[in-house]
Amino acid sequence: MSVTPEDVSKLCTLARLEIGPEESADLATKLSEIVRMVGELQAQQTDGVVPMAHPLDQPQRLRADAITESDARDRYQENAPQVERGLYLVPKVIE
Amino acid sequence: MDWEIVIGLEIHTQLATQSKIFSGAATAYGAPPNTQACLVDLGYPGVLPVLNEQAVVMAIKFGLATHCEIATRSVFARKNYFYPDLPKGYQISQYELPIVHSGHIDIATSQDGFKRIGITRAHLEEDAGKSLHEDFHGQSGIDLNRAGTPLLEIVSEPDLRSADEAGAYMRKIHELVRYLGISDGNMQEGSFRCDANVSVRRKGDAQLGTRTELKNLNSFRFVEKAIEIEAERQIDVLEDGGEVVQETRLYDSDRDETRPMRSKEEANDYRYFPDPDLLPVVVDASVIESIRDGLPELPDAKRARFAEQYGLSEYDADVLTGSADLADYFERAAAAAPNTESKTVANWVQGKVIAALNEDGLEIAQSKITAAVLGDLLEKITDGTLSGKLANEVFDAVRSGEGSVAEIIDERGLEQITDASAIDALVADVLAAHPDQVGQFREGNHKVLGFFVGQVMKATQGKANPQQVNEALRRLLAE
Repeated sequence: MSVTPEDVSKLCTLARLEIGPEESADLATKLSEIVRMVGELQAQQTDGVVPMAHPLDQPQRLRADAITESDARDRYQENAPQVERGLYLVPKVIE
Repeated sequence: MDWEIVIGLEIHTQLATQSKIFSGAATAYGAPPNTQACLVDLGYPGVLPVLNEQAVVMAIKFGLATHCEIATRSVFARKNYFYPDLPKGYQISQYELPIVHSGHIDIATSQDGFKRIGITRAHLEEDAGKSLHEDFHGQSGIDLNRAGTPLLEIVSEPDLRSADEAGAYMRKIHELVRYLGISDGNMQEGSFRCDANVSVRRKGDAQLGTRTELKNLNSFRFVEKAIEIEAERQIDVLEDGGEVVQETRLYDSDRDETRPMRSKEEANDYRYFPDPDLLPVVVDASVIESIRDGLPELPDAKRARFAEQYGLSEYDADVLTGSADLADYFERAAAAAPNTESKTVANWVQGKVIAALNEDGLEIAQSKITAAVLGDLLEKITDGTLSGKLANEVFDAVRSGEGSVAEIIDERGLEQITDASAIDALVADVLAAHPDQVGQFREGNHKVLGFFVGQVMKATQGKANPQQVNEALRRLLAE
């Protein structure tokens, strides 16, 4: 399966990336190569193999349900371009 | 043409943990904006999520209560999409290996009695923040307090066949999560919300029709209304020779209509992949067993026990087990009134007690009439100290804080007159005062008996034991 410029365009929309037509052709070629390689991997016999979700062979550590963070809103909001009444302001988004 | 409606529900229930699913920030509702959003919730670079043990325990409780399989190994995945209330650009959820899957719950239906509804899966995920679109001069305000709040998304099989069944299923899940203590189920605060997948097909068709997804239905009534309206719309489209478009639709309760929200993103558009920040969650069988041992009595079992142990009707057992707190109240009141019929206790709890709570806007656990006080009061009816009518008066007086049951009976002189000779004397007085009616009775007009009872009650302000008054009247009139 090869990746078309339309596929690249769709991926760019999903990832919110803006690229030019030349880059698009180049990316389509490179992504096709990657997909071809994945195709090779998928041809392998994997029955009975537990999918590896993480390279570390360890289970997730769990933490006790306790509140350990206190309010540091003012400090965090120093990094925000715009805040009002405690809210982060962003360009209007509504469906 | 006969149409069949096919519905599957996705219920998001907020888990009642103190802290968030992947951070130590508080989850309390209603805090000032962004005061409960820490670096992990804000998606700062370099932070690492660490899973909350209680969220895992709560998910397992739900799974065990719905006959699900509990995955001894489950995996968190990133669900990628862009929205300002999701600062990381992905939601941590579970995709291929959810912690809970393949179970069922039985709902009561009006036609068939009980119906088994399959539960496909229940997975853990984090909630997003909240966007506010009003009053920000063309901008949106973002509050990330809710970001990272633990959710359990419960996905049903498309086994539901009507708006009523969908409502019954949702209520059943709602009751269950509250019984289990894993969610407060508060729908106004968004702790329990629902999306519905709805399609229609011609009766007898094996293949499912194209479905639409109805978003964010936050009351039982809205779920039922929205499904009804949407199914009607789809049937109209198909009968007019059109096709249903797969899309997400929003239910507008003001206009009672659904309308398209956005073109449904295909599942693979979310580009799920295992979250490299989180290792697989491994749960020992011994842990699952100890959680199973700690499960409370569940609604269905409690209902059956109430019917059996207290001899209650199906209806009474159903109402009284509507919440664990109400059931507990009834059981404590019944224990405090050992000589009183359970049915009487049930009637008082469902009548007077609930009416008082509604009036005061209180929950059963905050009732001004405690279960012990109710038990005490009902014993006073049973032993003949109080008539039912006077017990009502005492109930109201205790409720308004005028004293204990015994104090109020004493102060107001409410104790029922049960002394046989006193009642005989009262009845004799009434008969002597109304010779005309006595004559009528003796001529065969037995209806005047009620008149005499009324007179005795009037003379005693309702304190004479009505049964004894009746007996005395019949006896003295027969003389």
